[in-house]
Amino acid sequence: MSEPSRIRIVPAGSNATVRVLMNHEMESGQRKDSHGKVIPAWHIQDVTVLLNGKPVMTAEWGTAVAKNPFWQFVLKGTKAGDKVAIQWRDNRGDSRSDEATVGSI
Amino acid sequence: MLNRRQTLQHSWAVATLLATAGVVPFKAMAYEKAAFEAKSVAAALKALGASAPVASTEVTITGPEIADNGANVLFAFGTTLPNVKRLLLLVDKNPSALVGSFSINPAVEPQLSLRIKMSQSSDVYAVALTNDGKAYFAKRDVKVTLGGCGE
Repeated sequence: MSEPSRIRIVPAGSNATVRVLMNHEMESGQRKDSHGKVIPAWHIQDVTVLLNGKPVMTAEWGTAVAKNPFWQFVLKGTKAGDKVAIQWRDNRGDSRSDEATVGSI
Repeated sequence: MLNRRQTLQHSWAVATLLATAGVVPFKAMAYEKAAFEAKSVAAALKALGASAPVASTEVTITGPEIADNGANVLFAFGTTLPNVKRLLLLVDKNPSALVGSFSINPAVEPQLSLRIKMSQSSDVYAVALTNDGKAYFAKRDVKVTLGGCGE
């Protein structure tokens, strides 16, 4: 099973910087095992960011996103107590959703 | 006789073939497989239905000049253009050029960072797609010491 994503939110005024570290192998489909067989691609395909339950960003990823993906973005017009949820689904159909709350400054 | 592992591998191969051939609606989501399989920046943009991109100083991309490890290269990219609906990150010489596509609404700043893999030294492109269907890009030449794709 998948491990939780780590979400860190740094509020600054009415904006909030969100840093996300996901746990995923992100196998590229280019590597070969010790028998020379290609290891099939296994990667996160769809990512959704929800602010208080409303989607504000959707992303599609290929195999070239690094293992244990790290990414960062800035949400506008946030306030303390707002909930940020990060959902992902990979090409095997596995998925998870993690949530964090915007703290006070 | 097939053992369990081989059987599983075969069924996976068949499922992949069917999905590739479009026989099975593999995912209900509109994952743009064709764009993610495109071998070049131009082909990936075409698969996404974007017009030919124009170089713009209002699109930015920052990253290392030399990446020691291609398996883990951090880029920050974004734009100051208004009405941007989508930001793309592409690596020209990767096996598939398109790395990621981010569809944003006005609640998100069009400035992102992402860690990616690079197979070799290449131009890396940030592309901004606006609501009126135009595409603007910035690129950065990055030298990779150790590729992040295989071996």
